[in-house]
Amino acid sequence: MTDTRFTLLIAAVLAALWLAGRLVSNEYVFFVGYAVAQYILLATAWNILGGYAGYINFGTAAFFALGAYVSVALHKLIAAPLPVLILAGGLASGALGLLMGGLTLKLRGVFFGIATLALAIVFQAIITNWEYVGGSSGAYVLRPAAGPWGGTYVEYLFYVMLLMAGGAVALARGIERSSIGFGLTSIRDDETASEASGVPTLRLKLLATMLSGALMGMAGAPLPFYVAYLDPPSAFNLSYAVNTIAMPLVGGTSTWIGPVIGAVLLTSVQQTAMVTISSAVNLLLVGLLMVAFITLAPNGIVGLARGQWRGRSRQQAPPEKIAE
Amino acid sequence: MLDPIAVLNAVAAGVLLGGFYAAVALGIAIAFGMLDIPNLSHPAFVVMGAFATWQLNSHFALDPVLAGLIMAPPFFLLGLVVYRLYHVCFERRGEAALQGLAFFFGVLFITEVVLVLAAGADYRSVVAPYIGTSLTFGSIILPERMLVPFAVSLAMIVLLHLFLVRSFAGRAIQAVSQDQEALRLMGVSPTRIKSLAFGLATATAAVAGSLLIVVEPVEPSIGRDFIGRAFAAVVLGGMGSFYGMLLASILLGITESIVSDMWNPSWAPAIAFGFLLPTLAFRSSGLLGRRL
Repeated sequence: MTDTRFTLLIAAVLAALWLAGRLVSNEYVFFVGYAVAQYILLATAWNILGGYAGYINFGTAAFFALGAYVSVALHKLIAAPLPVLILAGGLASGALGLLMGGLTLKLRGVFFGIATLALAIVFQAIITNWEYVGGSSGAYVLRPAAGPWGGTYVEYLFYVMLLMAGGAVALARGIERSSIGFGLTSIRDDETASEASGVPTLRLKLLATMLSGALMGMAGAPLPFYVAYLDPPSAFNLSYAVNTIAMPLVGGTSTWIGPVIGAVLLTSVQQTAMVTISSAVNLLLVGLLMVAFITLAPNGIVGLARGQWRGRSRQQAPPEKIAE
Repeated sequence: MLDPIAVLNAVAAGVLLGGFYAAVALGIAIAFGMLDIPNLSHPAFVVMGAFATWQLNSHFALDPVLAGLIMAPPFFLLGLVVYRLYHVCFERRGEAALQGLAFFFGVLFITEVVLVLAAGADYRSVVAPYIGTSLTFGSIILPERMLVPFAVSLAMIVLLHLFLVRSFAGRAIQAVSQDQEALRLMGVSPTRIKSLAFGLATATAAVAGSLLIVVEPVEPSIGRDFIGRAFAAVVLGGMGSFYGMLLASILLGITESIVSDMWNPSWAPAIAFGFLLPTLAFRSSGLLGRRL
């Protein structure tokens, strides 16, 4: 698929979803749709660093909640419109990614992972002590009744998130096929060899961490309007980190479609499970799926599908080719 | 201005707190520092140990520390199982470090959710004669609920250190962290030695868990607060070094105690990060270097 055709495809999918949305009158659909789009964005963002370069970020909650809280602060300060809040959230989290990367990316990937895990805990302490954005008692954000283009505000939030998710997927696909993507993959496969062959590993890792963080911050920026009440325990919920890691791992980390498949699948499973069984069982399901895929199918659903396809084409191949 | 007696008390409380942190970090010092296995789920195992202690204490009125010791052998077996799984799925495939990290994160999360499902999300505590009383030395007050964990933790660290230095198996564990090939040439299987060491590391979680529930009431997700602390102590202590880890834990405890007393307790969990990040960035060999 060429880039133009891919861009057209993404645009067509977005337009179709928008048209479908026009026909829907039940607001719950937009709530669920928002959650799906948000996780596509988060999973794609995580995969740029985690999937391509193999550096695991456990601090999704920190980047995501930073975006959300920058948004709360700016909304309170100057009542900035949503696109400005998203931009600011992205900038803040991108800068955080750059800072974290600068301090820990020279070491082995394990240390980066552990540092990001601790990062989420620190940010929770900072936000809990930041009275301006509500501190430990949380912040109420008044969600406007109507969106700027008619329809409810939740509908508007859904389209904004959908647009960002589409953009992130296109970006991830672009990276995957560029020299940046090849550089990142070479880091994942063998960092020393890659460094020795002249790949600017540190610069690439920093770029990936910054991009990944910025996208997570952008995903968090509309959250205060979506939930209307935001407190640290919910903004920093571990389930964000677990879901964001589980989705690409279940879908497949090596290509852009993996996180999308994982996000759609796991979010729908959880939305169904939330209604039918308890939320704890729901989280257990995600954890078990994640561990099952890492141990049994490290290349995710995409890897399983490719294996199937390859198996079939080998069977259909003419016998002399197999003899070779 | 600052009251010197209050500062002295905060430092004393910090030393006791740090000694207890060392009990939590000990398992990580073995698994991560010596075996290079990034066992993120260790703090969740500690919380599981705390819940087991709570069960034994509330049903059989068992002393918490004794309950922790009783739970150590089953935890040792749990460690063997977890290591086996890790070894088969990651170590043998040669993609240990990063996939393994995600694996342990998953195990951490599953342990936490299972505890919520089994025991509920409430805070649990235990009953023991030393909870609520304190010793007074002049103007320094030492609560016994901190003193007992401190003493047990020190004893555990010293005993394990003696085991590593004196016994054949202990020396083999040290060897596996230095040169697996040489160990294989001596006719010892590195995998067996590593599973022994990982089992021991997990067994310390049972004891650390019993100390945790003596120190404070416990709920399932509390383990996360210890991930940063324990890894900071191990990295700052110089990875495999027990005494370096103990020293780093005590430094961390003192800092946390002073900040909590003089400023605001809600900042305490962030301090570990303040230790961890500069260590990683500027002094990755830790305080005492890589020696045991």
